[in-house]
Amino acid sequence: MSEIATPAVQVSVAPAGRIRWQRVVLHSVLISFSLVWLFPILWTLFSALRPYGDVIADGAVSWPAHLSLDNFATAWTVASLPKYFVNTLIVAIPAVLITLWVSSMLAYVFARFSFRLNLFLLMMFTAGNLLPPQVIIVPLYRIYLALPLSRLLSDNGLVYDSYFGIILIHIVFQTGFCTFVLSNYMKTISRELTEAALVDGASLWTTYRRVILPLARPALAALATLLFTFIYNDFFWALILMKTGDKRPITSALNNFQGSFFTDQNVLAAMSFIVALPTILVYLVLSKQFVRGLTLGSTKG
Amino acid sequence: MLGETEPLDAAPLEPQTGGAAAIPRRGRSRYSILTRRDKTVMALMVGVPTFLCVTLIWLPTIASIGLSFTNWRGITPLTDQNLVGLKNYVTLFTTYPFFWPAVIHNVLWLVVFVFIATPIGIFLAVLLDREMRGTRIYQSVFFVPVVLSLAIVGFIWEQIYTSQGFLNSVLGHTSSSTAIDFLGNANLNIWAVLVAASWRHVGYVMVLYLAGLKSVDPTLREAAAIDGANARQIFFRVVFPVMRPINIVVVVITVIESLRAFDIAYIINRGKNGLELLSILITNNSISEANLLGFGSAIAVVLLLVSLVPIVTFLVRTMGRDTV
Repeated sequence: MSEIATPAVQVSVAPAGRIRWQRVVLHSVLISFSLVWLFPILWTLFSALRPYGDVIADGAVSWPAHLSLDNFATAWTVASLPKYFVNTLIVAIPAVLITLWVSSMLAYVFARFSFRLNLFLLMMFTAGNLLPPQVIIVPLYRIYLALPLSRLLSDNGLVYDSYFGIILIHIVFQTGFCTFVLSNYMKTISRELTEAALVDGASLWTTYRRVILPLARPALAALATLLFTFIYNDFFWALILMKTGDKRPITSALNNFQGSFFTDQNVLAAMSFIVALPTILVYLVLSKQFVRGLTLGSTKG
Repeated sequence: MLGETEPLDAAPLEPQTGGAAAIPRRGRSRYSILTRRDKTVMALMVGVPTFLCVTLIWLPTIASIGLSFTNWRGITPLTDQNLVGLKNYVTLFTTYPFFWPAVIHNVLWLVVFVFIATPIGIFLAVLLDREMRGTRIYQSVFFVPVVLSLAIVGFIWEQIYTSQGFLNSVLGHTSSSTAIDFLGNANLNIWAVLVAASWRHVGYVMVLYLAGLKSVDPTLREAAAIDGANARQIFFRVVFPVMRPINIVVVVITVIESLRAFDIAYIINRGKNGLELLSILITNNSISEANLLGFGSAIAVVLLLVSLVPIVTFLVRTMGRDTV
């Protein structure tokens, strides 16, 4: 008995001074980590604000003699960043919307109708999403080169080097993840709601459109945020499946800026900061959505 | 005596029971509600995406396996003449100079992620999982790198590593002749890249783990605390075992991320001279630099086989015991 009782007392009467001291240590550890974590981004911003000449004269770690936004302006125009941002939107907007549409339909069927195939199909989609894209790139590249596409959608009459092709592969790859997350989410929606609608004579489509979609809105919002970031951040697909450098979305276009494109390290810093900014802003504004999207798929064991 | 140890040992069993499996199945009756038109709509809803997924992911996967036994270069049509058996694999494992370095780099990536970045992420999650002033701000700070692509992470860290970057300046190497070439030196660059990639991975693990920690029944900890367990014991003997499903997801994601590594090494030097990775060898050999489609596919098959381990683990863990 005494062995159980003693430690319990210790917990309840732990001295207040010790707790406060623990808090100080905790915050010191967290603040040090935070500074280390923010440093690369802050350093890039700092470099971006300084002229190259000052860095050459005074060294990189020195008190800034001049601070200005000139490097940002230079990067913006020299690298034609607006063009690449527009390319990103051309790819991301349809890709996000169609992925959510397709995967919400799949998830509805998978979550509500237990035919034997469902588990297999869900596995197939999810596994496809987890594969390293490089595993399939060689045949996929040949397929893209061989598939004709209307000249309305493609300059060269092929799926290769077209926005259509990039959007398509994003949809196919992201559908797995979104279906997985959405079907888990939809399983938590009461079955009675959809079944009552069906019994009352609503069609499958109406039930999906009027019952399931509105109820899944929080999950869809979370996934939209996450998908936009994923697609904004895609480097590989557009690098390989898009030949024309000028048509590439911003992240793949980074490849065009490598090597001798910028002789000026500080303009390069400004460019890096500009390209990093949109996803950081999306995260800061919609952090709740963002984190929920990421964890919805993983917390269900 | 018993009262002291029991809750600690019983805890891991807790989340295994209950859950989705409890819902009764009524397969057939649910269909009878559907009209013929509903069934057509359903077939379209499932059929179209399935067709696309099969043609654009699974057929290419199988085609990669097939191509790996050929010497096809993609110029002339593929015929029986192109079949070379296991030749590509023999070349890969014996004479091709970049294969084993790439394997070592991928393994190194995995080891650093699993043994350094992931534990740091878990450590931060445990520190932040409490009522505390500023916990949101700390979480946001650690998460910021996760929203960046590894390509831009490469650009950001170049500002730290280049001859006029932060590190060389701090180390006193002011002229580019004496500067340490962190990204060019074949012995150093993989470590430089791994630091940058870990910077991003830590936040990812932290967020996943925090969500898991929040789902742990608080009464478990209270019971353990009342029984006299200290903070470390509560974590390692109560929380960590209960978190088994999340632990598996984190490990799987970590392994997959290490196998997928591509962007940052490609941005820095196209995956050459110390930064060889399996994913980059595939693209360089068969698309961006040479047209050895068969040989590139053989590397893809190696990557596929290795990737199947975490993928199958993930599927079995998350769907195996479930009724869909």
